[in-house]
Amino acid sequence: MDIPDLAPLALTLKLAAIVTLVLLLIGTPIAWWLAFTRSRLKPVAEALTALPLVLPPTVLGFYLLVMLSPKSPLGGAWFSMTGSTLTFSFLGLVVGSVIYSLPFTVQPLQAAFEAVGPGPLEAAAMLRAGPFDRFRSVAAPMAARGFLTASVLTFAHTLGEFGVVLMLGGNIPGKTKVISIAIYEQVETLQYAQAHVLSAGLLVFSFLVLLLVYTINRRFPLVAG
Amino acid sequence: MTGVLRVDVKLQLGAFALDVAQDFALSGVTALFGRSGSGKSTLLRVIAGLEGRAAGDVVMAGQVWQGAAWIPPERRGIGYVFQDARFFPHLSVRGNLEFAHARARGLGGPGLDEVATALDLGPLLDRRPAALSGGEKQRVAIGRALLTAPRILLLDEPLAALDEARKAEILPYIERLRDQAGVPILYVSHSVAEVARLAQQVVVLQDGRVLRAGGVQEVLADPQAVPFLGPREAGALLGAVVAAQDSDGLTRLETGAGPLWVARIGAAIGSRLQLRIHAQDVILSRSRPEGLSALNILPATVTAVQLEDDHGATVQLRAGDDLLLARLTRRSVAALELAPGVAVYAVVKSVAVAQGDVAGAQPR
Repeated sequence: MDIPDLAPLALTLKLAAIVTLVLLLIGTPIAWWLAFTRSRLKPVAEALTALPLVLPPTVLGFYLLVMLSPKSPLGGAWFSMTGSTLTFSFLGLVVGSVIYSLPFTVQPLQAAFEAVGPGPLEAAAMLRAGPFDRFRSVAAPMAARGFLTASVLTFAHTLGEFGVVLMLGGNIPGKTKVISIAIYEQVETLQYAQAHVLSAGLLVFSFLVLLLVYTINRRFPLVAG
Repeated sequence: MTGVLRVDVKLQLGAFALDVAQDFALSGVTALFGRSGSGKSTLLRVIAGLEGRAAGDVVMAGQVWQGAAWIPPERRGIGYVFQDARFFPHLSVRGNLEFAHARARGLGGPGLDEVATALDLGPLLDRRPAALSGGEKQRVAIGRALLTAPRILLLDEPLAALDEARKAEILPYIERLRDQAGVPILYVSHSVAEVARLAQQVVVLQDGRVLRAGGVQEVLADPQAVPFLGPREAGALLGAVVAAQDSDGLTRLETGAGPLWVARIGAAIGSRLQLRIHAQDVILSRSRPEGLSALNILPATVTAVQLEDDHGATVQLRAGDDLLLARLTRRSVAALELAPGVAVYAVVKSVAVAQGDVAGAQPR
C-alpha cells in the first residue's frame, strides 16, 4: 500500500484553525449586536447570517467565485494590489469558509449572550465597569460555554467543507486540496484504500476533538446560569 | 444648583409614560413610594442612565449626567442595589465584592474588610452567590454597592422579596447605612412601614407622575394621601423623646402633641424616636372621655376633613405641634359635627415605634 499523502490533512487543519480564529473575531461582535439590538433591521441581519445554513454550498461557491474572480471589482482590486488572485488560492478558501461557517459561530454566541442578558451587564456598569470591561469580565466568562460550542462547530464544519472549496479553490495540491477534495478524487480514481485512510483519519480525529471538548465541558462546568 | 439631584425627564415605554420633574435632597433617605407599575424603578433606572431613551435632564449636584452632556452609567458614581441582586454567577461572593472594589481604587471608598464587617459578610465570602439566602443576598448586594465608593445609593425595593423576619434582619443594616455612611440614599418602596422607618423625605409616584413630595411626616399626615397609602397604612409620624421609665412597666414619651405612654421601650432616657400612629387607631370624642381604659388622650383641633368614596372619612388634627390622622366613618363625622376648627380629644389606641436608636425597636 502506498503511503498516503498527508498534505491534504495538514492543509485542512490549517484552514479550519484559521477560519475558526477569524470567525471568533468577526462573529463575536455580530452575535453581540444581534443579542442586544432593538433595531428593526435585526431580522434582516439574522436571515443574512443564517443564509449559509440553507444555501447549497455550490450556490455559495458560485457567487463567491464570481465575486472574487480577478474580473470582478473586489477580486480585481485584490489582484491589482497583491498580484495574486483570490480564487484558486488558500486565502480564497479562507474567505469562502468564513462566510460558509459564519452561522456556526454566530448562532451559539448569540444564544449565549442572550442567556447572559442585560441584567448582569447593567450591574457591572453600576460597579464602574466600562463597555469593554463588561464584555471581558462579565459577558465573556458567563458565555464561555457558547464560545466553546461556537469554536468546535465552526472548526468541525470547516473540516468537512466540500462544495464551496470545489467551486472556489479547485484541486491544487498543497494550496487548495483539502481532505474532502482529496477523498473525492481518490474515490473517483478508484483508490479506495487511500480514501479509507483519509476518511477514517478524519472520522477518528473529529470524534476525538468532540470527545475532548465534551470532557472538558463536563469536568469544568464553565458557568451555570 | 448644587446639593440636589435635579431630575426632569420623560420616557415612553409602550403604554406607560414616565414624566417626572423633581429635586431630590442629597442627604439622608428619600423614599420613592408608589404601587407597582407607578414608575419607581423606571425612575431609578433613568437616574442611573440605564434607560437610554429617556429624554430630559438629570443633574447631580451641578454635574450634568444627562441633557447638555451624557455621562455613561459607569462614570456616575452610583451604588445600585437591584431588586434581584444580580450577582455574577461565575464569581464567588468575594469575587463579586472585589469586582466592585477593584474598580473604585483611589476613590476613597470603604475597604472590603470594613464593609464585610459592617454587614457581617465574613462567613459568606467564599460561597457562590447562588448558595445565598434571600436576606444574605441583599446584604451582599448592599456591600457590593458600597464598595464602589458611591456618591449616591439607589436601592430598588431591597426588601421586597423577603419575608417579615428577613426584613427585620436587614432593616437595621440600612438604618446604619443611613446614619453612618454619609451617602444619600434613594429608596424605592411600596411599603409605608419601610418609608416611615427609614425616610426623611418621600416622593409619591402614581402612573409615572409625582403625586406628592415632601417631608415624610408632612406627607404621611396628609389626609389626601390616604387613598394612595391605603386606609390601613395611613397615619401620622411624630417625633418623640423618651422622658421616663415608669415603675409599672410603661415608658413615657414626650411628643409635640403631648405625653404618650407605651409598653416599656428599651431605650435610654433622652433617646429620640419616631412614632407611627395609624389613622385607624385614633378615636375622636367631642368631650374629654371619662372612665375609659385608654391611657393616651390628646386634646386636638380638627384641621381638615376628607370624605372618602366609601363610608369612610379621614380627619386631620393638630395636637400641640404635631399632626395626627384619624380614620372614622362618615356617619361619625356627621354625628360629631366635625369640621375644621372644632376642638376634640384624640384617643390613641396604639402607638408603634417607627424609627429610633433602639436596638430592635419594639412596636407598641
